[in-house]
Amino acid sequence: MLEGQSTWIFENKPVIISTATVGGPFEANGNISDDFDILHEDLWLEQESYEKAHKVLFEEAFTKAIEKANLTKEQIQFILAGDLINQITPSSFAARTVGSPYLGLFGACSTSMEGLAIGAYITNYGGADYILTGAASHNAAVEKQFRYPTEYGGQKPPTAQWTVTGAGAAIIGKIGNGPQVTSATIGRVVDMGLSDPFNMGGAMAPAAVDTIMAHLRDRHINPSYYDLIVTGDLGQIGHEVSIDLMKEKGLNINETNYQDCGLMIYRKDQPVLAGASGAGCSATVVYGHLLNRMKQGEFKKILVVATGALLSPLSFQQKESIPCIAHAVSIEYGGE
Amino acid sequence: MTKKNKKLTTEQQKYQKLQKKRETKRPVITNCIKAFLVGGFICTIGQALQLFYIYNFNFTQKTAGNPTTATVIFFAMLLTGFGVYDRLGQYAGAGSAVPVTGFGNAVISACIEHRSEGFVYGVGSNMFKLAGSVVLFGTFSAFVVALIRTLVMKWGGF
Repeated sequence: MLEGQSTWIFENKPVIISTATVGGPFEANGNISDDFDILHEDLWLEQESYEKAHKVLFEEAFTKAIEKANLTKEQIQFILAGDLINQITPSSFAARTVGSPYLGLFGACSTSMEGLAIGAYITNYGGADYILTGAASHNAAVEKQFRYPTEYGGQKPPTAQWTVTGAGAAIIGKIGNGPQVTSATIGRVVDMGLSDPFNMGGAMAPAAVDTIMAHLRDRHINPSYYDLIVTGDLGQIGHEVSIDLMKEKGLNINETNYQDCGLMIYRKDQPVLAGASGAGCSATVVYGHLLNRMKQGEFKKILVVATGALLSPLSFQQKESIPCIAHAVSIEYGGE
Repeated sequence: MTKKNKKLTTEQQKYQKLQKKRETKRPVITNCIKAFLVGGFICTIGQALQLFYIYNFNFTQKTAGNPTTATVIFFAMLLTGFGVYDRLGQYAGAGSAVPVTGFGNAVISACIEHRSEGFVYGVGSNMFKLAGSVVLFGTFSAFVVALIRTLVMKWGGF
C-alpha cells in the first residue's frame, strides 16, 4: 500500500528466508570476514577475466542462497539483480545459469535495495512465492569500467573509495522464518552539481538524506523508531556531510545509530582511503553482517538506505555532473 | 563568481559549500615532498645508468639516453606486472608519474588490463589508451616549438 509520497508499506510482511554473501581477498582481510558465506583468496576466482570472475561471484551467491533456503532453482520464480558493468552482463549471465525469469536492474550501488524493495512488493501482493534478488561488484572489473587500469600508478585523492569485490543475494518469500521486509521508500534522482568521480560520497549524501527524510515523513515516524539507520556506501566524507545536511534540515539523528556500510566492511588499517563503495558493498554488509546481528538480537528494526551514483564513464568525460539516488528498505526481526 | 557556478542553483551552491568543509584535502605539501624524493631517486638511477652505458659501452652523452630510457622503462614495466608500480604511484604521485617510467607504466597497465579481450581488440587497441594523448600532444607541441624556433632563426637573423 502506498503511504505518503513514495513509500510502500508491506502489510503481508514478506520474509527474507535466506541470504548468501561472497567476497574477495580484500574482504577476507576485512572487518566482517566472518559474516561471508564464501571467501576467495584469488581476485580472478580461477577465471580468465575479471568480468567472468564477477559473474562467478553472483552465481555462487545465488546458488548458496537457494541452498540455504532448502529450495531448488525451479522454485525461484523471479530474479531481480544488477551490477555496475556495461549492460549489467554479470547479472544477466548469472541469471542465465539459474534459469528463472529475470528482470535486470540498474541503480548503481543502490541496486541491492532497489531489488529488495521491488521483490518485497511483488511478494507482498502475491506475485511470487520466492524471489531471488541481489547485487554485486568486482573491484578490478568495476575499476576497469569506470577508472584507470588497475595497475596504473595514478594517485587517488583521500576522498576516493575502494570498490568491494563481493556479491550479496537474498531470497524473499511470502511465508517463512526470518527478518521481515516491512516498508520501502523509492528515492528521487538528486543532483547537487558535483562532478568529481573521486568523491562519490560527497555527491551521494544529499540523495541519502532526501530518501531518509521522505521515508520518515511518509511513515510519520522519528529516526529513533529504528535501532539502526544504515547508508550504503557514503564513506567517511559522505557520512559526515549527510549528518551535517540532516542537522541543517532540522533532523537530529543519533549518530551512534546512524552508520554506513562503506565504513563497516574493512579494517581501519586497510588502504581504502574514504571507505568502501560498489554495488556489492551494501549487498554483502546487509545480507551478511547486519542480518546476522539482527538474528543475534542486536537490532529489531533497521532501515537500509542504499546509495547509488548514476554516472557513466562517458558522462563524466563529457563533464556532466553526477546524479545520485538512494532507496530505503526497512527490515524488522523479532519485534512485536 | 566562476562560470561553472553560474549554472548551479542556490541550493546546489549551498550544498557544495557544506560539502567542501568535510572534504578531505589532498596533502599537497607532503605529496610534493614525496614526489620530489621518489622522482629524484628514479632520475638518479637513470643518471647512474647513463654513466654506466657511457663508461662501459661505446655511447656518448647524447646517445646514452636511448639505452638508459629503455632500461628504466623495462624495469617500470616489470614492476607494473608484479603489481608494485601502482602502489608506488599512490605513495609518490607525480614522482613516479612524470619520469619516463610513468609513461611505461601507463602503456603496460593498459595492456595488462585489456589482455582478456585478446591481442587485437584488447592489447592492440587499448595500449595507448592513457599514453596516447601524451604522444599526440607531445609530438604536436614539439612541432609548434620547432616551427617557432625555425621562424625566429630565419627572420630574426640570428
